[in-house]
Formats: sequence, structure tokens, C-alpha cells
Amino acid sequence: MDKIIIKLNKDVRAKVIDICNKFNNDPGELINVLHQTQDFLGYLPAEVQELIAECLHIPTAKVYGVVSFYAFFTMTPKGKYPISVCLGTACYVRGAEKVLDAFKKELNLEVGQTTPDGKFSLTCLRCVGACGLAPVAMVGDKVYGRLTPADIKGIVDEYRNME
Amino acid sequence: MDTIKLTIDNREVEVPKGTTILKAAQSMGIDIPTLCHFEFKGMDVHNKPGGCRICVVEVEKRRNLAPACVTECMEGMVVRTNSIRVINARKTVLELILSDHPNDCLQCAKSGNCELQALAIRFGIRENPFVGEGHEQSTYQVEVSPSIIRDMNKCVMCRRCETMCNEMQTVGALSAIERGFPAVVSTAFNQHLELSPCTFCGQCVAVCPVGALTEVDHTPKIIRAIADPTKKTVVQVAPAVRVALGEEFGMEPGSIVTGKLAAALKALGFDYVFDTDWSADLTIMEEGTELIGRLTKYLAGDKSVPLPILTSCCPAWVNFFEHQFPEMRDLPSTAKSPQQMFGAIAKSYFAEKINCKREDMISVSVMPCLAKKYECSRDEFKVNGNPDVDYSISTRELARLIKMANIDFNALEPIPFDSPLGESTGAAVIFGTTGGVIEAAVRTAYEVITKKTLPKIDFEELRGLEGVRSATIDVDGLKLNIGIAHGLHNARKLLEDIKAGKSQFHAIEIMACPGGCIDGGGQPLHHGNSDIIKARWEAIYRADREMPIRKSHENPSIQAIYKEYLGEPCGHKSHELLHTHYFDRQTTVEVDLEK
Repeated sequence: MDKIIIKLNKDVRAKVIDICNKFNNDPGELINVLHQTQDFLGYLPAEVQELIAECLHIPTAKVYGVVSFYAFFTMTPKGKYPISVCLGTACYVRGAEKVLDAFKKELNLEVGQTTPDGKFSLTCLRCVGACGLAPVAMVGDKVYGRLTPADIKGIVDEYRNME
Repeated sequence: MDTIKLTIDNREVEVPKGTTILKAAQSMGIDIPTLCHFEFKGMDVHNKPGGCRICVVEVEKRRNLAPACVTECMEGMVVRTNSIRVINARKTVLELILSDHPNDCLQCAKSGNCELQALAIRFGIRENPFVGEGHEQSTYQVEVSPSIIRDMNKCVMCRRCETMCNEMQTVGALSAIERGFPAVVSTAFNQHLELSPCTFCGQCVAVCPVGALTEVDHTPKIIRAIADPTKKTVVQVAPAVRVALGEEFGMEPGSIVTGKLAAALKALGFDYVFDTDWSADLTIMEEGTELIGRLTKYLAGDKSVPLPILTSCCPAWVNFFEHQFPEMRDLPSTAKSPQQMFGAIAKSYFAEKINCKREDMISVSVMPCLAKKYECSRDEFKVNGNPDVDYSISTRELARLIKMANIDFNALEPIPFDSPLGESTGAAVIFGTTGGVIEAAVRTAYEVITKKTLPKIDFEELRGLEGVRSATIDVDGLKLNIGIAHGLHNARKLLEDIKAGKSQFHAIEIMACPGGCIDGGGQPLHHGNSDIIKARWEAIYRADREMPIRKSHENPSIQAIYKEYLGEPCGHKSHELLHTHYFDRQTTVEVDLEK
């Protein structure tokens, strides 16, 4: 079998090694390392997980085990306009699921995916602290409240038109 | 030692502090059912995630039920292992596990040997109230590699395989991934096992309680080959098979069934029934000569000689260093494993002898091992695409073949192996256990170097079941430092030492499986009972003592093949047929810094 050669940007590599060093390459700090790496890169591609495994001296399978366990970690890059729909209790009882379905339909996406053009990604979260506006969704840092499924096309178009 | 008194099922018991309820109950003869729990005494394997909850017990004054496998005994504890509450809870747990498990026991490779099936029988499961309760069963694609079949639809997430792969073997191919219903044990990024660092040692298969991990079944191909009148079938049997096969037919662990084994293979219809022990003797001639060669050069002042020399009989170990220590691949002996030496000779020397074309010969091996299936499929062991060993079956597969062919194994009259590739020595049979290969090599090296007869054939200092052992053998003034490791986590320790320049050894023997081949991934399942391994281990040395010849270089049929065919050990013909080379199979990141 051929050797797998993974191409990783030089700066990304240096930064990931830096993060691992900051945690003394301690396997017990895996979750923190993953957190900070995702913070800076936006996602955790396979080659980055390989590199982290090498730095912390643990099997790649173990790193992947943790990444795939926690919903917070993602292996798909986020879109330019990341959409998060709140599924916290207040939003949920006021119809968040229908709002989420409307986003899925409008973007032809499942939760955790990114559109092929890289513009939109769809995730769920639990409570942004704006329960008075339930149901709530965020696009980037902007909060949209009291949503109904009918509002969704307009919101998405707002960003489509920015291009 | 501090002890604790407690009551289990109305009986008082005193146990050392730190004992779990499960262990305390076992010491009183109370059999609490378990599933995920797995302990391999004396081999340093402990898998107790406390995950399946089949072992729950009722503890007085405790609100919820306690998992017996991970709950420590406390002074004055009152435990009930069979109250109605406990029995109902266990049954519910079992029904929940079964609600996400296929019902195809009739067609499952583990049927009759499955721990989940045994629990279903024990709890009288006749229907399942949870099946169809709002979710479909999880589905995973069945994955086939050269050695192992992974059907994760059957996985119960006991994680024993993960413990073997990561702690016993430090291979790190397997890990639990995902959560909830999709949770499963898999490789990094869910890739095919062949793309992972898997060594195909099969220890995951050996401990899997269900049919999630099984061996690739070559028995149908073998039945077809035997039935084909245009093919000559040649079979070889590894040393460790003869001390374990009897267990599949109700014999005591440690029964030696060499003669019956040969008779069974004849009865199955193989044309030539030979012995891997023969090629083990051949391995000693080649590997021993290589050891002496490297050592002589080194002692003459050539410090560039790759030392220590590492044994290369174990294919899982070969995969391990190719994946994890490729930079050290000049250290292992270039001698092929006995399986591959046998295959190469069978399809050259022996094929010529019986006037049979290579393509018309089907060469089969019976091995205690699953990595041997992978080994015989490697490209460097083929001539024009035709493999030296066509099929390798495990001890378990052979037992199935014998049962299928309604051969009454216990009633068979023992017969000897066929000649000429059937004659062997005591040095060859001990290849089946940790320490055996190096002892066989020392027996020959001593006599070759000193030209004197060994004062004592048995090297007790090389024997045992401790994970790492070492001994210094006095070869007429030359002090030979020998290291032995079994279980790949122990091998790793010795390799790290070599890498750090701290190793004092001249030669190291490594076997991937705990105990060596006697506990290979293809052996009858031991279900964690290490007494079985101990019995096989003793049987190996008993078989050695019973052999009339106990040194490889004294095997007359080996002497003959050098005389009439091979010339001399490590000579030109030997190199062509009996030696190999290794590859860098590291799969970790290699970064293109230019981008």
C-alpha cells in the first residue's frame, strides 16, 4: 500500500504544534488541544488530527474517537455564513424544529454540513440566552428572533445578495 | 493485608481491601453474569468499562443497583446477586442490548461460542419487547480484510478489542467512535482496516464476545481444492495447533494431538500431510546462521553490523515494525517465517520431486494465527502471481472442517506426518510458545560455534510467561545476551530501548500474541481463562521432551535438503527461496513544507 502523504499548510502545521506544546504535549489535554485548534482553524480535518496524534503520542484512532464523540467538534469547514439554530427548551417549544426544517429545505443541507460553494453551514446549539426572542437563530454573530418558517428564505437571500 | 467483611446472598465472606463485588462473589462460587468485563489473569489484560450493566447487584442501603464488576466491597456491605429486582434489571439490560443486535444466530460464525447468545439462553429470552420501538437497528457495512471480518452490526460496545489493540498490543488501530446508536469501535476516520496500523494479530477476534470480529473463512476454498482431481493438495501444520486442537473436541487443555491431527488431515483428503515443524528446523538453520554471521563480524570489530538481530517468524510482529518502527527494519532476520519457507520449498523442491506443476499444487497451512492469512497474501511471497501458500486456516477453521466431514476425531488412530517435509525435532515444536524460537536457535548456534555437544538441551532461563525476559547464555566463553518479549506492548519497550541506544542484547525474540502462538488469534477461544494457556504452554515443552531429536541441525531431512538442493545455509539458493525483505508501511503524516 502506498504511503499516505498529507499536505498541510506550513503555518497551520506550526500553529497546531504550537498549541500542542502549550499543553506540554500531554495526552490528557487532548480536548483542550482540539478546542483551541478548532478555534483557530474552524474545523478539524483528518490531517490535523494525525498531526495532533503524533504530537501527543496517541493513536490517531483515539483522536478521531474524541472528535466524533463530541457534537462540538467538526471535520467539515464552516461556511462563510455559519447558521446556528437554537434548539434549547424555550426555542424548541415555540417551534424551533420547524425553523430548522425550513433552513434545511432552503439550503438543501443536513445539520453539520456546508453548502458546496462554501457559503452556508448549518448547526444546532442549545440556548443563546435570548429566550425572550424564541425561537432564535444566528447567522455569524447576528441574532434573528421570533422566527417562523416563512422568514427563512428572506434571511438566506439577504446573505446571498451580499455576494 | 487489610481485609473487609461483607455478606453476599446471606453468606459472610472476607476479602482483601479493593476487591470488587464480582471477584468476591466469584471466590464464593457465585457466578454473576458478565458481558463487557474481561480479565486475562497473568497477562496484564483488564477490560472493565462497567458499560453493559449485566452484572448489576442489589446493595442494601444503596438507592440504585451497583455494577458488580467495578464496585468495590465495603465493610459490612450486604449484597444480593439474585433478588427479583436484580433479575428483572439484568433481563431488561439484555433485551435492550438485543434490540440493537441482529437475530441471525443460525448463520453467525460465533454461534455456539457467543457470550451474548449464552446470556440469552440463560435468561430464557423468547421475544423482545423493545424491538421496533421507534428506531431501526444501527447498520454498518461489513468489512473484509485479508484476515479479519468486521461486522459491526453485531458489536455490543464491550470495547475488549479496543483494550487488546491499544493496551496489550499498543497498535492503536481501534478506538470507540461516535456516540449513541451510531457508537461503534472502528479505525481513525472509519477507514478500512488495511489503511490503519492493524497488524492482523487477531487478538481482537480472540476476545470478541460476539460475532462482530471473526476470521476470514477459507474452508470452502479448501474443500473445493481437495475435491479437484487436477490439483495436488499439500498441507502444513504449525506447532501450536497440536496442543490446542483437542479442546475443540472436548479434550483437556494441553492435550497433545499430533498423530490424530495428521490422521484427520489425511481423512479430509489432503494428498500430502506435512509439518511446519520441518520448516521451523529450516528456519533455525537460516536464522541461526545469520545470527552467527552478524555476531562474528561484530566481534571481529565491524560495528556497522545491525544488532541485535530480531526474529521474524511472527507476521503480526513484522507488520508492527513495518508500521511503527520502519527505520529499524534492517534489524530483523531476513529469514522468512516457517509458513513461507514451507510454501516456497513445497512449490519448488517438493513440486519437482513429485513432478507437479506449480499451478497444479494447492498449498494450505493450518495456523494458530490470523496474521498468517495476511502474510501468505503478500506479493513478495508469490511467483508470477501464484502464492507459495494458497490458503491459511486457523485451528478453529480446521476443527470446523473435521466436524463437517463427520470425522470422529477422538477415535482416530494417530499416524506420522508424510515424508520428507514431515520430519522434525523438539527444537521446532517449541516455536509455538514465547522463548521457543530463540531456545531452538541457541541449541543450534551453540553446537555450530563451539563444535561441542550441548551439555544440557533445556534452557530453562529462556522459558516462562513473563512479558519481558532476558538471559545471558555462555557459549564457550562468548556471552550471548538474549531478550524475549511477547505481547506487542512488551516488544515496543525493547524497541524503544534499541532506538535510545540502551539495548545490550545480541538477539531478541518477539511474538505478537501474549504467550506466543499458543494463544494466537486463531486458536480455540479461551474466554479469558489463562489456565488454558498455561496448559498449552506446558504441553509444548512436553512435546519437545518426547521428540527423539531435539536440535534442528540434527534433523536428517533438513541435512538432506541442504545436500541435494539448497547447498548451504544462507547460500545463494537459500537467499532466493528462504529470505525476504521488509517495507516502510508507516501511515502517519508526511508534510509537504513547501506549500
